[in-house]
Amino acid sequence: MNIRLVWRKSLNIFMLSLTGLCALLTVSALFFILGYLVWNGGKDLSWSFFTHLPAPVGEEGGGMANAILGTLKLLLLAALFGVPIGLLGGVYLAEFGGRTVPFLVRYTADLLNGVPSIVIGIFAYALVVMPMHHFSTLAGGIALAIMVIPTVLRNTESFLRDVPRALREGSFALGANKWRMIATVVLPAASRGILTGVLLALARVAGETAPLLFTAFGNRYWSPGWMQPTSSLPVVIYTYATGPYEDWHRQAWAAGLVLLGLVLLTNILVRAFLSRGSSYERA
Amino acid sequence: MLGADEIAHLITFIAAASLLLIAVLLVFQLWVHSSEARAKFGWHFFATTTWDPVSGDFGALPFIYGTLVTSAVALVIAIPLGVGAAIFLAELAPPKLSSSLTFVSDLLAAVPSVIYGLLGVFLLVPVMRTTIQPALKKYLGFLPLFKGPAYGIGFLTAGIVLAIMVVPFVLSVSREVLLAVPRDQREAALALGATKWESTWKVVVPAARIGIFGSVFLALARALGETMAVTMVVGNNPKIAASLFSPGYSIAAVLANEFSEATGNLYLSALIELGLVLFLLTFVLNGLARLLILITTARGSGVLPS
Repeated sequence: MNIRLVWRKSLNIFMLSLTGLCALLTVSALFFILGYLVWNGGKDLSWSFFTHLPAPVGEEGGGMANAILGTLKLLLLAALFGVPIGLLGGVYLAEFGGRTVPFLVRYTADLLNGVPSIVIGIFAYALVVMPMHHFSTLAGGIALAIMVIPTVLRNTESFLRDVPRALREGSFALGANKWRMIATVVLPAASRGILTGVLLALARVAGETAPLLFTAFGNRYWSPGWMQPTSSLPVVIYTYATGPYEDWHRQAWAAGLVLLGLVLLTNILVRAFLSRGSSYERA
Repeated sequence: MLGADEIAHLITFIAAASLLLIAVLLVFQLWVHSSEARAKFGWHFFATTTWDPVSGDFGALPFIYGTLVTSAVALVIAIPLGVGAAIFLAELAPPKLSSSLTFVSDLLAAVPSVIYGLLGVFLLVPVMRTTIQPALKKYLGFLPLFKGPAYGIGFLTAGIVLAIMVVPFVLSVSREVLLAVPRDQREAALALGATKWESTWKVVVPAARIGIFGSVFLALARALGETMAVTMVVGNNPKIAASLFSPGYSIAAVLANEFSEATGNLYLSALIELGLVLFLLTFVLNGLARLLILITTARGSGVLPS
């Protein structure tokens, strides 16, 4: 009897420590990744990395100014196309929807959210690149926008639903009609949460490589306008890391550090910003 | 004449409906543009192993095999790790520690996949080649899984990178479904004299098991569709081998490598059919995952016959 008790107690301690070890291993992966990138990429970050074009193959030095600008342009397009549709769609689901349509839209949003990003790339290729017969910034931006819409839509809906009933009723009692109530009371009350969702969605697509490979493609030079192929940070990291040159590998590390820094910083800032509470709780 | 409310209703409805349009268009485009390959190869596409763009002969089997094998390796590693960590966060850790560790895990999920690929190529592949694969061969070499030369790249390496990438998904969903199990269940078990571990493993985990399955399907769907990290370490060689050391290929990886260079309509349409297969696989898995998670969290009580 006693031996059995000792056995149960030791099993208890052993298994519980094992779960702690699992948690430790998982979270330490992030610090390891971050540390390794800083160590490897930090020394090759310089001012010219942000301001210069890539050097011709075989020459040392050069920068990734075109890729950084390319990523920003792609994100701008993604926000321009994706955010309004996601936002308005979310308003529909939370404020206007009946039964069938919101169910369908919600289900479809979750479905689209789970579609592998490379398949979104094929879709944008068929939709934009095939009719235009060449790769373009526009095609890449549309691919990213398609990935932004479901996240923003679902997030907007859930934050709008959290707005207390009393606020709506107060606005109706003052004689506002429905759209005025939504635009001047409900949306501002949920604005902080909605903004968080938008920024997190953009941070996610900022690191996407697969949907850009055959839409925005790549470019060793500046990409004027919106109809030319463009370079972007994730695609450059991929090309350089799998390329044969030592100098490319160093640049890939530096670019990886910049991209990871950008994504993590956005995530941390935005989540800290959200955890301060929703806007209506403070008001 | 429309009133302001009707106009607002209409505009937001159009935005919501455009999401449905995107989804329908996505399936339609994949279907139409893969028609040539579907007409030429039929079901044969899924049973042949040749992938020869020059002679126009395409079979999907090596890619499907590689996708499934790398994902299976990833799950074998990620499930115990993720569920173990979730148990720690839900049952043991004080709330403050639990929420900050969950925050770190969420950040881990936000790391772009090309970064995992970068670390895979320059860090994991050399370690696999010089240390891990020789060690596995020495001690477990009698298994067909661990035979052949240690290249560093291959199914096993891709599976390990995928595992690290999907652990946060297993963790966060499992933690939530574990937390949804009511407190009385734990207290009843403890009152009957169970140790903490016994109450967790024999009462809480079984009550949450359907939701945990859901998190696994979700992780599987992520792993199947993951592109960059796999492309960079899997070896990009379309062959079927029992050994996990062997270089292989996956659906997403062949799309990433060959799509922009595909010449000829048949080649392109074969690649798009691969995309369709990938879409359908993840579609089914995601639907299943959502259903399972919904069942556990909606029951609320979480009390299931075990």
